[in-house]
Amino acid sequence: MEWLYEFPSMNGASLRALKKAIDEGFRSFTRAYGEYFELFFEPLKHFLIYSEDFMTDTPWPIILIIIAAIAWLASRDIRIVIGSIVTLLLIGYFDMWEDTMKTISMIFVCTVLAIVIGIPIGIIMSRSDRVQAVINPILDVMQTMPSFVYLIPVVMLLGIGKVPGLIAVVIYAIPPIIRLTNLGIRLVDKDVLEAADAFGSSNWQRLKNVQMPLALPTIMAGINQTIMMALAMVVVASMIGVQGLGQPVLRAITNQYFTLGVFNGLAIVGIAIIFDRTSQAFGKRLQKHQEVVHG
Amino acid sequence: MADAKTSPGISVRNLYKIFGKNPEQYVDMVKGGMTKAELNEQYGHVLGLKDINIEMPAGGIQVVMGLSGSGKSTLIRHINRLIDPTAGEVVVGGDDVCKMSPGQLREFRRHETAMVFQKFALLPHRTVMDNTVYGLEVQGISRAEQVERAQRWIDRVGLTGFEKSYPNQLSGGMQQRVGLARALTNDAPILLMDEAFSALDPLIRMDMQSVLLDLQKEIRKTVVFITHDLDEALRLGDKIAILRDGKIVQQGTGQEIVLNPADDYISNFVKEVNRGRVILVETIMKPLSGDPEGMGIATGTTLEEAAKTMTDGNVAMAHVIDAAGKPVGSLDIHDVIAAMVTPVAHEKAMAAE
Repeated sequence: MEWLYEFPSMNGASLRALKKAIDEGFRSFTRAYGEYFELFFEPLKHFLIYSEDFMTDTPWPIILIIIAAIAWLASRDIRIVIGSIVTLLLIGYFDMWEDTMKTISMIFVCTVLAIVIGIPIGIIMSRSDRVQAVINPILDVMQTMPSFVYLIPVVMLLGIGKVPGLIAVVIYAIPPIIRLTNLGIRLVDKDVLEAADAFGSSNWQRLKNVQMPLALPTIMAGINQTIMMALAMVVVASMIGVQGLGQPVLRAITNQYFTLGVFNGLAIVGIAIIFDRTSQAFGKRLQKHQEVVHG
Repeated sequence: MADAKTSPGISVRNLYKIFGKNPEQYVDMVKGGMTKAELNEQYGHVLGLKDINIEMPAGGIQVVMGLSGSGKSTLIRHINRLIDPTAGEVVVGGDDVCKMSPGQLREFRRHETAMVFQKFALLPHRTVMDNTVYGLEVQGISRAEQVERAQRWIDRVGLTGFEKSYPNQLSGGMQQRVGLARALTNDAPILLMDEAFSALDPLIRMDMQSVLLDLQKEIRKTVVFITHDLDEALRLGDKIAILRDGKIVQQGTGQEIVLNPADDYISNFVKEVNRGRVILVETIMKPLSGDPEGMGIATGTTLEEAAKTMTDGNVAMAHVIDAAGKPVGSLDIHDVIAAMVTPVAHEKAMAAE
């Protein structure tokens, strides 16, 4: 009756052999191709460095003005602008300006990358149920797999630094934008699409004139989610060498510096709220045409 | 500009549409006489259209009438092939729409047809102007020309001043005017109207019908108009086809249908119709005996108008004159009034039921 209490698992030796084979296979793959991967991601690295240099080297009042201007252009809401300025001033006053700039730069690059990769995937997904059936489970894995697990192969391939951190963050943060692009396009009113067809729109014209504009509010919700998830990954990414607000938090955890942890944590919350309110207000402005004036 | 192209007629020939997984498989059975109910019960396929043959007049209004589920919206979507037929052909100006390649079809839709939809189907994120130019934009015409051509039709349908409004800011009637302006701006010889006025309330519907009839005098397009409303069909249609369960039950002019309904189904519809607005004087006039009496009434005048003219003129007899002014028949006010009320025989038949 022993088999009833102990699950009949693979025997220890074979399991060890299997794990070892996979590990060694991957290790030799890394040794053989790691360089090419690094080369492949070289442009990203330059983008990251350029963006970070810009954020940290520019005098702080100019950055403050730029962020306030973006918040104003996106939201047209003076409260959001004032809130952003006050938050940033507080962050600076508590001496977290430089780390915050590094984090904002990282989030910016991650979001751009997620949009550039995610929206086309979402579009392809919306056009075919079969593609959707393949991509959906992949997205499920990306969202639920503990992020530490996929940090391992990324670090093995690319080592420690900005680029592997970026990849880890993008893997974690890209699913919402893919899902919501797909959803947004699929929810576009069939009658309107039929009208576009009846006037002889090509596939591209249909996408550009009808599907994308009508899906845009949903896509914006996806971008907002992506930004929030990227911010949530900042601390994890700091474990593989991404600089910014995650680093002091990590130091606080290992050394039990309570106040350091809380200050930097609040700074992350602060910029998260700035990004969230601004991008949501922008999304809402995109739906202005849906306001019903006539009853 | 609108008269640059002469509008072609449309011939729908032996058109079948079956909805389901393997429609081709069942076409022959349907041709062999299987009914809609049998096909649905035994094979789980839905018969949309069965052996449709219509010759739609060039430059005239062809109305297709039927209740919901009769297949009328399916039929109109075959003309620009928003729906692919299972068998049969739709010939427009010598070309079979059903055989066009995707590229040819796109060109055909851009230049030969324009469509107005029951639910308007405007682009909600675009203003009235940007909606109206859509067809021209798709054709790749310069923005300046788009706007110039669109403005003409926006003015014509009475939307001047609303160019910058969004569809949501307009009432249903105004939204459908945008739909109409969008279709007309395309300047296509064929205008497809799928229950275009059905979603509007009665007064606005009458108003839009008048707009269409007025425009049609000037643009002379081949219009295919779908409706479930017989009064609308009779008012607009040069020719009417009545559809039931995917089959054509009767086709002809409004007068032919009202005077000789093909079966009980159509009689039922027709009995509520205001005959005075449908039947024309030449239909009931008697041959001239002796000199023409009373006033002259032109052919093409409805009984209602004739009765009004005659009573206003306080005469009991009149004569009908043709386009050249020649008397062709005589008209008695008694006959005019008698023809305007529903035939007694029909009333009796109804009473007996």
